Amino acid sequence: MSKLSYISPEGLRIDGRRANELRRINIQMGVSNRADGSAYYEQGNTKIIAAVYGPREISVSGQSIFDRAIVKCEFATSSFSTTERKPQQKTKGDRATTEISNLVKQAFESTIQTHLYPRSQINIYIQVLQSDGGLKAAAINASTLALIDAGISMKDFVCAVSTSCIDGVAVLDLNHIEERSGGPDCLLSIQPQIGGVISLNMDSKVPQDLFESVLELGEKGCKKIFSILSDQVKKYSTDLISNQLKI
Amino acid sequence: MESNDNNLTNINIEIFSPQKRMKLKHYQQQHTQVKAEDNDIIMESEESELFSSKRLVIPGQIISREGEYLKGHGTFHNGSNLIASVCGTLDKVDRLISVKALKSRYHGEVGDIIVGRITEISSKRWKVDVNSRLDYILMLSAINLPGGIQRRRTSADELQMRNFFVENDLVYAEVQMIMGDGSVAIHTRNQKYGKLQNGHFMKVTPSLIKRSKQHFYSLECGVDVILGLNGYIWIADTEQQKNQSAFIQKHEKENFDQACIIPDDIKQISKDSRDRISRVKNSIALLEKGFLLIHSKSIMQVYHLSNKMKLGAKDLLHPQYIKQILTLLSTEYNDDIKDEE
Repeated sequence: MSKLSYISPEGLRIDGRRANELRRINIQMGVSNRADGSAYYEQGNTKIIAAVYGPREISVSGQSIFDRAIVKCEFATSSFSTTERKPQQKTKGDRATTEISNLVKQAFESTIQTHLYPRSQINIYIQVLQSDGGLKAAAINASTLALIDAGISMKDFVCAVSTSCIDGVAVLDLNHIEERSGGPDCLLSIQPQIGGVISLNMDSKVPQDLFESVLELGEKGCKKIFSILSDQVKKYSTDLISNQLKI
Repeated sequence: MESNDNNLTNINIEIFSPQKRMKLKHYQQQHTQVKAEDNDIIMESEESELFSSKRLVIPGQIISREGEYLKGHGTFHNGSNLIASVCGTLDKVDRLISVKALKSRYHGEVGDIIVGRITEISSKRWKVDVNSRLDYILMLSAINLPGGIQRRRTSADELQMRNFFVENDLVYAEVQMIMGDGSVAIHTRNQKYGKLQNGHFMKVTPSLIKRSKQHFYSLECGVDVILGLNGYIWIADTEQQKNQSAFIQKHEKENFDQACIIPDDIKQISKDSRDRISRVKNSIALLEKGFLLIHSKSIMQVYHLSNKMKLGAKDLLHPQYIKQILTLLSTEYNDDIKDEE
């Protein structure tokens, strides 16, 4: 076999999913007690921790904005997160890392109600523990949960998912092997409840006739992720308050 | 509207039984009609009920569509919809709706009693970290000069600011006023306020500390606790603190222009009281883990339970014991209700 086949004749992908299926999502909120809010997010083999500090006093004076908060995001991959072990220096500040932190920063600058926290800053730290594709989407979803845990005012959740088309089929939630297939990697993030697209990034072109089906699949995926996230948020807050209710 | 009526009856009940309110419960719109016996059964169904009845909401959730309500904290308007912006409990007061986040940073109000840490000294003022979105300001004119002398602060005082407080000192203070631009000034102009020394500091979620008349407690076990409304907590030995403040007062009377250095024999804390302090600290940490309100009664309840169970102070935070103590607390409370009935 000269070329790896990404979708079998039966319609199954390499890891046994169908084209429109998400990987298993596992969530834990409030994992760090030093941070104001934190979350552990697992999507298939991708594992991420996000921690939120703030709103707090500006750390570098002169950066403060008089009528709103600034949002800062730091994204880091652990050296043990991928199959090849990279030295620590290389994982920090390279192009891919900066791109993701800017993406997360922009997504939440528009969703957090920053005007409620003038002259302060909100830090989002994201650490990848294991990387198996869909890092951008996972980083956004994990940050949403951490921000909710921190009690920061937001207009809505931000839910993100990666989609692509492989061999002319729209495919949802790519893993690492599929990401390397050379197909377009299309990241969609939306505000599921009040409606609206936060970002739509494409690494290469999606054929015009397939674009609509890719977008539709992405939207459905985001909605599905939202229902999973909101269930977890509800469960977490019910758990938190349940002791107060019992007593 | 039905839930609104419900609310009012609840409020009445709360007023008439202050005893019940002082218990660990803070959650307001709670089952006052629910009998203690079937409490557990109710809990099963309540998980989803909390959300379906909109007592708990998540960010982005629509609270009302018609625009009949006014927006309070934690909500915003989008068209005619009123939408929650944080995850937490819904409060309805008449037509005003606000959502209180389960966890969030401290938001100061005038008169609040807080514990803070000095982060910066600038001209005529200290900046104090109080777990809020901005550092609060302690003006040089808002502190008590040693010996309680009343006079204008001169430039000489300004040069000596490090004699009063330096970076990383802990201060016990009160919120003085909130300025027009949102920054907050605090003051220590009272004998009881000032620098905190020789004790234990800890931090909890501010929402777990209830506003009350008193935030300084001398617990019956010989431990002083200051529950700052900002979630910063100070724990120290009563006896030692008494000696220390007596020494400082004496020092200030005699030679108030020199910095006060506390001798070692006054700093000394016995092993016994260290143990009591750590037990109190762990009791508070346990209450925070169970997300229960922290006040002198609840602290002592956990303290006594742990003593009764013959747990060492360090064992208190073992996951297994946390669970055990939390269940014991709830049964104790339910027994109390039965007694009252």
